[in-house]
Amino acid sequence: MRLVVDLNKCQGYAQCAFLAPDVFTMHGEESLVYNPRVGPEQREQVARAVAACPVGAIAVEGLREASDAG
Amino acid sequence: MPDEEYHEWLRREGRIVIVGASLAGLRAAEALRAGGFAGSLTLIGDEPHEPYDRPPLSKAVLLGKASPEHTELPRLRRTDATWRLGVAATGLDMTAKRVRLADGEEVPYDRLLIATGVRARPWPKEDEAQLDGVFVLRTRDDAVRLHRRLAASPRRVFVIGAGFTGSEIASACRARGLAVTVAERADGPLVGALGGVIGAVAADLHRDNGVDLRTGVTVTGLEGDATGRVRAAHLSDGSVVDTDVVVVSLGAIRNTDWLKGSGLGAGPRGIACDAGCRAFDFRGIVTDDVFVAGDVARCPHPLFGYQFLSLEHWGNAVAQAEVAAHNMISAGADRRPHLWMPAFWSSQFGVNIKSVGVPAMGEEIMITQGSLAERRFVGVYGHQGRVIAAVSFDNSRWLDFYQQQIERGAPFPVEYRTVDRRPEGRAPMPAGFPDPSLPTHGPTVTLSGYSPADRQLVFTPARH
Repeated sequence: MRLVVDLNKCQGYAQCAFLAPDVFTMHGEESLVYNPRVGPEQREQVARAVAACPVGAIAVEGLREASDAG
Repeated sequence: MPDEEYHEWLRREGRIVIVGASLAGLRAAEALRAGGFAGSLTLIGDEPHEPYDRPPLSKAVLLGKASPEHTELPRLRRTDATWRLGVAATGLDMTAKRVRLADGEEVPYDRLLIATGVRARPWPKEDEAQLDGVFVLRTRDDAVRLHRRLAASPRRVFVIGAGFTGSEIASACRARGLAVTVAERADGPLVGALGGVIGAVAADLHRDNGVDLRTGVTVTGLEGDATGRVRAAHLSDGSVVDTDVVVVSLGAIRNTDWLKGSGLGAGPRGIACDAGCRAFDFRGIVTDDVFVAGDVARCPHPLFGYQFLSLEHWGNAVAQAEVAAHNMISAGADRRPHLWMPAFWSSQFGVNIKSVGVPAMGEEIMITQGSLAERRFVGVYGHQGRVIAAVSFDNSRWLDFYQQQIERGAPFPVEYRTVDRRPEGRAPMPAGFPDPSLPTHGPTVTLSGYSPADRQLVFTPARH
């Protein structure tokens, strides 16, 4: 799966870092660092992170497909 | 053919060509399809890679949290486009409506979008730039090379230029435990973009994180050894820094060279366009079939005195691409102006730096929330008695509020009460932007052009 975070929107609520810690991490108090390419084993965690982001800043390709090479 | 009818035909079976296959090009292609464009769509890109995201290259990638080869942008909808990747556009014939490619082919269009962006400004001395160990960072291939060299644990990394990219590179190197020297011509990092008050905070940030920061100096030369590897950097104060990796971060050059002689209003400052993203020709007459979006565009903004703003901002590329795409397939009355509020972010030394508005227009700054010493604050910039921009260090949640202040033309100095106001924030102080006649590395905003509001010409001199 490919993802991108609109960091203009991101306000550092860190919900994603809590729900998908292998993909999103906080660098300092407010900066988000993420891996734009994640494997299918992260699908569920990423889906939760996308849903939980209070500002809707995370866009993902391939989240809904039944099978995805990643 | 009447306007409406032409656009109906265009949407059904027209040919749209997008030159530039990065963020703006991709998002424009998607927006065209979303807007009902059913004709043929061709994207031309000089890099062999499909569209990828650049901001992670100086952050997550250098920190080892992402692979430089895998920052491809998610596709948000099908584009059904023909992709011509790895072949640069080399010319434009506006009369015949054709784009010339490096392989000799010509691609005809009914509407053209130019989103060719910028490239890294290389080290000006070519023989020194060729030395092994001298890098720039803009593209995926640049990131692969730099990443590989940093992984080999160099003794010292030398960064030329403390703008956003240079500062982010220095930050990543320190996080990896590498020794770093940064040389900056101004009195502090980020001075061109955010002024001297914020630059002083950024300088402390560098030094507290173990960066050997040299300000007020220029690099006079890079020295190689007998095998052609870089060995040292010579500074204008006479000092010499031994180093085995040099990263040149001197801002960007707009990719307009390929338009030379085309008759388009394109030059080193980008391509001038109207608020609807239509390009001007060199006579200042607006074209109706050539559109521009992203870093290469320069477009007037009513909130900022109708000055032509050229923004190297991720969010601008997305927003302008969407407006350009919409206007390309819409008749006159349905067109929209590009009125995006300038905004950017940077992450360095664990601090989240964000900004809205145009800080470089600010004469004065007030720290309305938090404190500079704590590196957690909001600074508000004033221009001719109104709020023109704001910057936050680890305080981004307040920026939406300041964006509204800018949009409303709220008065400056800020008299109302704010959360966490400190005594130091009661009065404005000079924002400390350098004299524009002195050369500096690139601010991320370039101001230029005539302002009908105050008849002032803001001149940004060519660098180097």
